Amino acid sequence: MSEITRRNFFKAGGLATAAVAAPIAGLNASPAAASTDTKTIFEFAKKKISNAQSLGNTQAFTYPDSMSPCLLINHDEPVEGGVGPNNNIVAYSTLCTHMGCPTQYDSNEKVFKCHCHFSVFDAEKSGQVAIGQAIDNLPRILLDYDESTGNVTAVGVEGLIYGRQANFIEL
Amino acid sequence: MTTDRIALPPVEAKKTNMTCHFCIVGCGYHVYKWPEGSEGGKPADQNALGMDFRKPIPPLALAMRESMTNTVTDHDGKRYNIMITPDKNCVVNKGQFSARGGKMGEYMYSAEGKTKDRLKEPQIKRSGEWMSTTWDEALAVYAGLTKKVLGNDGKGKDDTAFICFDHGGAGGGFENTWGTGKLMFSAIQTPQVRIHNRPAYNSECHATREMGVGELNNSYEDAEISDCIFCVGANPYETQSNYFLVHWLPNMQGASVAKKKKFFGNEPFNKKCKVIFVDPRRSPSVAISEEVAGKDNVLHLQINPGTDTALFNGLLSYVVSQRWIDKKFISRHTQGFQEAVSTNKMGLQECSDITGVSVADLKKAAEWAYKPKSDGSLPRTFHPYEKGIIWGNDNYLIQSALVDLVLATHNVGRRGTGVCRLGGHQEGYARPGYPGNSKIYVDQELIAGKYKMLTAWGVSTLQTTLNATEYKEVIARRAQIVTEAMSQVRGGSTEALVDAIYDAVTNKGGLFITNMNLYPSSWAPHAHLSFPATHPGEMNLTSMSGERRLRLSEKFMDAPGSSKPDCLIAADIANALKALYAKDGNSTMAKRFEGFDWKTEEDAFNDGFRSAHLKEIDSQGGASGHLATYDNLSKAGTNGVQLPIKEFKNGKLIGTEMIYADYKFSTPNGKAHFKPAKWNGLAAPVEKQKQKYGLFVNNGRTNSVWQSGYHDRYNEEVFKRYPLAYVEVNAQDAKKQGIESGDIVELFNDYGSVNAYAVVDDKSVPAGQVFMLAMYDKGCVGNIVTEWTDRNKVPYYKGVFADMRRVGSVEEYKRTISLKSKRLS
Repeated sequence: MSEITRRNFFKAGGLATAAVAAPIAGLNASPAAASTDTKTIFEFAKKKISNAQSLGNTQAFTYPDSMSPCLLINHDEPVEGGVGPNNNIVAYSTLCTHMGCPTQYDSNEKVFKCHCHFSVFDAEKSGQVAIGQAIDNLPRILLDYDESTGNVTAVGVEGLIYGRQANFIEL
Repeated sequence: MTTDRIALPPVEAKKTNMTCHFCIVGCGYHVYKWPEGSEGGKPADQNALGMDFRKPIPPLALAMRESMTNTVTDHDGKRYNIMITPDKNCVVNKGQFSARGGKMGEYMYSAEGKTKDRLKEPQIKRSGEWMSTTWDEALAVYAGLTKKVLGNDGKGKDDTAFICFDHGGAGGGFENTWGTGKLMFSAIQTPQVRIHNRPAYNSECHATREMGVGELNNSYEDAEISDCIFCVGANPYETQSNYFLVHWLPNMQGASVAKKKKFFGNEPFNKKCKVIFVDPRRSPSVAISEEVAGKDNVLHLQINPGTDTALFNGLLSYVVSQRWIDKKFISRHTQGFQEAVSTNKMGLQECSDITGVSVADLKKAAEWAYKPKSDGSLPRTFHPYEKGIIWGNDNYLIQSALVDLVLATHNVGRRGTGVCRLGGHQEGYARPGYPGNSKIYVDQELIAGKYKMLTAWGVSTLQTTLNATEYKEVIARRAQIVTEAMSQVRGGSTEALVDAIYDAVTNKGGLFITNMNLYPSSWAPHAHLSFPATHPGEMNLTSMSGERRLRLSEKFMDAPGSSKPDCLIAADIANALKALYAKDGNSTMAKRFEGFDWKTEEDAFNDGFRSAHLKEIDSQGGASGHLATYDNLSKAGTNGVQLPIKEFKNGKLIGTEMIYADYKFSTPNGKAHFKPAKWNGLAAPVEKQKQKYGLFVNNGRTNSVWQSGYHDRYNEEVFKRYPLAYVEVNAQDAKKQGIESGDIVELFNDYGSVNAYAVVDDKSVPAGQVFMLAMYDKGCVGNIVTEWTDRNKVPYYKGVFADMRRVGSVEEYKRTISLKSKRLS
């Protein structure tokens, strides 16, 4: 079951602001597609993932749909791009950007490791490729932190999730 | 900004063949090109990839990233989307891509993209500034000066020096080695030429060739069926990635049993091969192999730097004493065995003392690689090697010692064996014979003040040469003399400019530098003239891979501006010189520059590679190369044909998988020649640095940067990741100096100094050693490499000893760069 339905996708798209330029002229382009030059960035529905108070070391979830496994990491130290009271909470798609094998998170080294072609991604540095055949960093799941409630909410994806022509798929 | 959406090629997109521009493995790709503004649909029957994008595609099925795409503009102004994706039906990579090949799409020219700095027109330096100029003016300056330097009798040829590629892939190829070679060797006739990565015109494989064993003698498939892979001084995961992943890995995993049965029938074999690495550091390849094959099947011989010759001599002596050799093969097909055995003789204890490898591990290596199997047959051991030997402590000697061991144990010419360099670039050599009898150390001649003209052809020498501190100082000083002289010519004719340059290079010690390149490159501060070149896709280009697989990369787009294939630049120069001499009535000299009436790169291919049966030239295509036309190579697609070509039959080129299966070695008498190789210690200047400084600075490449980074240096994303060369440091050494990961350190010795950022990683280097990224645009390890070379002028780039000190911290680096270990475990 998709977590972004066509309806709320359009809604999200409809709420998109002036950050979007002219949509790409293409068969797949929809009016909801935001684009800069030929690059298109879709807006996603928000999804509550966790609460900072009750969060363990990691939490698996899916986003933007049920076919996209992700992992939220509650680091001990603040990290680049982190949210939460200590700027320490980040989340990534866990599919290797090279050929899509599921990566494993190594909580000692704080890296994701792919055991198909051995790419290693740094969970403390925006999913950066430490080594490997992957060209792209692990896609970051963009998070919002609500100070009043402690809620951590997924609001978008930065980078193309493996196996897709676009991050948004209507399942 | 990263995208989260890729435009799919429509079914009707134009599809052409491309072999990867970069490493020697030569993965097969397809290029899709279609009009901008249109794209394929998500259902499988609506896009050229034939994949259904309506739901997520499962792991391993898709190789499609943004970096494979681009939008290009042809000369008629029409814009197209392109996608360059790996070919599932190519036997080399079977649909996989590396961190280098997967960037080909974005590295094609686009005025808005990462390649926007490409050279588009010839450039000339005026008043210290680069200015666009016409081909006519650029050629008039280059040819005019060359003519003045050569003189009316051509005797000035030794004042024209070249640094030129000799390889395949981008910045090379059979068309371009021939075009440049014909200009340098037949027309100008200068012997003052050095190759892109070394300071003379020489081979990196003199020893093995003299022994009758060409260095590319098996197929990638052989690594799938070896009993043992004995890998020396190489890190294939990062530098020959898909060879390692697609062909070694299945054997390590035990997944090529059926293939072994098919090849060898009832001959006993282990499900998983054994793997031996010889390397002073624990490379990423070692770490991955241990995970894949299990530690029981991997042996890492962590030798003391530079002691390879002793290792092979110790092993040879041991296997001879154990009689683990092929006596019949030795007596029938080789010569010089006894002399080599007695010269190379070394006991295991002495070998252990020199190499630092325990006697137990030496014995284990010998048993894995050479001890006869249960049925008495000799194991099939493949010996791949690369820069640890090529750029090791006396290339000639190490290679001799290794091939002696290989010949004694008959590990060449049988399937599953081979003794092969792994290589850097692809190959692509077709040139007239070198016009000289000795090897000239061109760098040292230049430092000594020789030469009036230096033409840098598709090279990044300032980042990659040895003794680089002194070299760069001299280049800067001598180039500046010419830059100033050129600035003084105001409003003069081209002849006046040529006269001023000639005066500066003849009377003032100046050096006129021309840069033939895709980009301004690291030559930009010093060069005076630039000609814009092209790479595969903008031209048709043929190359040969590490298993001698010849393919045609097809032209699919126009080159930026007026840039041209190197072979046609060479032809323009030759034709300009021909006209200048003809104008003088000097028919003798004009005649030298004849034979460049090429309209296309195919003309150059036909004149060179395809003519070795008609004239005496050095071509990797050999006498049967003429069978490979552009047309039938295009039809042969990404699988091409393995040289030498046996025949053209039923519309197909038939090639050669294994060399020396017929026992006809590449010597006049057809026998393989053992070569005595007595261990002689470290090269003297290196030993001196070792005594004085002590820290071994191993250096080499990393996965995501291709060689000198000639594209990567213009790619912000690569520079964000590697703003400076990195150096891996052992925790003990780091502690001594108070170094933390991310700190800037300086490495220094008698030759110079260089900065790098530190990554403290005990899983990489032992105490007393560091490993530094080589050839990078920022942080040139060549600054601290000695000028020493072996007898053939092959450098010992790996032989660096230095001191290290902490400079300080750049907070931005610590905050943004991954400082994690590059070891899987």
